[in-house]
Amino acid sequence: MKKFKYFSMFVMSLLLALILVGCGSKPLSKQDVLQNAKDANTISWGVKADTKLMGLIDVKDGQEKGFEIDMARALTKKILGKNGKAKFVTVTSQSRIPLLKNGNIDAIMATMTITPERQKVIDFSNSYFDAGQSILVKDGSPVKRVQDLNNRTIIGVVGSNSVENVKKYAPKARVLQLQDYAQALVALKSGQGDALTTDNVILAGMAVENPGYRVQGKAFTTEPYGIGINKDQPEFKHALNKAIKEVEADGTYNRLIKKWFGNVPGFNYREVLR
Amino acid sequence: MISAFTNNWQNFLTGFGWTLLSSIVALFFSLIIGSLFAILEVVPNKALRVIGNIYVEIFRNIPLLVITMFFYLVIPLYFVKINGFTAGTIGLTIYTSAFIAETVRSGINSVDVGQMEASRAQGMKYTQAMRYIVLPQAFKLVIPPLGNQFVNLVKNSSVLAFVAGFDLMYQGNAIASQTFDTVNTYLVVGVFYLIITLPISYYMQHLERKLA
Amino acid sequence: MQNWIDAYSAVNLKFLLQGLWVTVEISIISVVFSMIIGSILGIIRYTKIPYFSKIVGFIIDVIRNLPLLLIIFFVYFGLPAFGFKPDTIPAAILAMTVFESMMVAEIIRSGILAVDVGQMEAARAVGMKYTQAMWHIVLPQAYKKMIPALVSQLISLIKDTSLATIIVVPELMQHAQVIYGQNANYIVPMYLALAILYFIVCYALSVVSKIIDRRLA
Repeated sequence: MKKFKYFSMFVMSLLLALILVGCGSKPLSKQDVLQNAKDANTISWGVKADTKLMGLIDVKDGQEKGFEIDMARALTKKILGKNGKAKFVTVTSQSRIPLLKNGNIDAIMATMTITPERQKVIDFSNSYFDAGQSILVKDGSPVKRVQDLNNRTIIGVVGSNSVENVKKYAPKARVLQLQDYAQALVALKSGQGDALTTDNVILAGMAVENPGYRVQGKAFTTEPYGIGINKDQPEFKHALNKAIKEVEADGTYNRLIKKWFGNVPGFNYREVLR
Repeated sequence: MISAFTNNWQNFLTGFGWTLLSSIVALFFSLIIGSLFAILEVVPNKALRVIGNIYVEIFRNIPLLVITMFFYLVIPLYFVKINGFTAGTIGLTIYTSAFIAETVRSGINSVDVGQMEASRAQGMKYTQAMRYIVLPQAFKLVIPPLGNQFVNLVKNSSVLAFVAGFDLMYQGNAIASQTFDTVNTYLVVGVFYLIITLPISYYMQHLERKLA
Repeated sequence: MQNWIDAYSAVNLKFLLQGLWVTVEISIISVVFSMIIGSILGIIRYTKIPYFSKIVGFIIDVIRNLPLLLIIFFVYFGLPAFGFKPDTIPAAILAMTVFESMMVAEIIRSGILAVDVGQMEAARAVGMKYTQAMWHIVLPQAYKKMIPALVSQLISLIKDTSLATIIVVPELMQHAQVIYGQNANYIVPMYLALAILYFIVCYALSVVSKIIDRRLA
């Protein structure tokens, strides 16, 4: 009887393991995202909730606001027509790619750089913004440039490529990855690290609100932001690229750049005009 | 799932180590602190009882995440720098100690009152009676619930991921966001947690049955 | 001082309370579902149906021995592979329900076990069916015994909703983080507010549970 008990336990563990493995290897849905969006008259965008100037939740009304939000709205109108709706789902650097691959969102517009590693799993539109990576430090910090971070602690965010980039310039840097930029900034203030790294435009937004902190040195990488979409969606990709071109051509793009980055100290908006 | 493990096994094992270390350290200290407050809650002195009660009620009713983030983000602003692992372990210790205090207290209460009276009648002091007669019996009674607290502790240690505490969950997040193989990575993480929690949990069920 | 006054501005407080409402909402819905599902699973495990109860029991043990954070990830990132794509709030509710159901199942099972076996036998002896005896005799007594355990599970659930901030569920913790993310000077006031709000809700529940417990005893 006892032997039987253990045997059945074993069989069940095996079954469970099989089920679990099975869950892991299901293929993605192969649907036409553009057609679905047209049918629903809605594109759902994965956007940031914690990034000043790009995508941030406004405490007053709980709505997302920022350059990427406005861009997403403009692109939606170009693709779906005047009455097209943009639905926003807040994502983090960690959650955005799983959510896209799972189909919770149609497109990622969340300060995501086009990188070869990401291109292995998802597709990108043409770049819609050119950022560059930089570091944020406390005034008077001995860290003058990214190379100074060897043997110091650098704070980044889970799922962003900034941490990997720093490793190229300062291989001996210790890395802490936090959940989002809000936590990362507070951690920097609490002295958990010597510098915070991400794209200069995000850092510029932080420096504005936090006197005593500055963006240090020149950007040491170029980070072209692209809209992330699932692979095998040529129509959707084409529609996005066409919409980006149209938004640039009719002046909407430059108007939005001026609206969000016109008055950010330490960030020359003219460099990103198109 | 197998390849998700073999490609990153060092990271998983590192995370497993930190998770285990954090859980054991937190268990050790929360046992001491928890027992202390449990005794405070049952002593005849009213002021001490109130102190014990306040501690237990406060930390039982605030989320672990809030306590941990407080130690990670707020304390360094004004006092000393605490790294993520330590902040997480301190948070775990405080949070768990409140539960252990409750468990031990109910253990003490369920030891027959007559035992205490009898030992006092024989000329033992209150502290002696507590130390030699009541507490040993109480601890025996509460071993299964304490074991379950330890299981909770191990599960709760995943809060370290929020403060870059290098634990299993943190490594899982880092691996998943690099390999983009989310589900399989978290399955491996899950198996590692079960390696610790399932055996303890089964052993405690076994003990419970024996004691009942 | 000015920081504190600004941090507790009407706009921020309203935003926090909106978060608290989502927390409460998630908790209530999950607790209702997990009580139902948990009771069914607990009874299945108790009744020892060959194989079936064993399988159910094993699944209960596996899930309740995993961190809730992991279950949140599985629901939010894993379920869509099966064509089910929950938004953040439903995902949080689902994850909490799955996890809490297993916890409740264990509480229910041990509650039933704690009811004297003689009760069941006596009920059967007077001609009641097994299900009748379970429903009318055993379960009412078991639930009475389990009230403290169930309430403390509910309190855990409320506290645990804070973990859902990791998938950006707009609950209390997340809203506090949004506020201090916009101005890092608000961090201390926000953590104080978090501690107080969670404490009020959870402590109130534990007081209510003590009163009920005393009434029934």
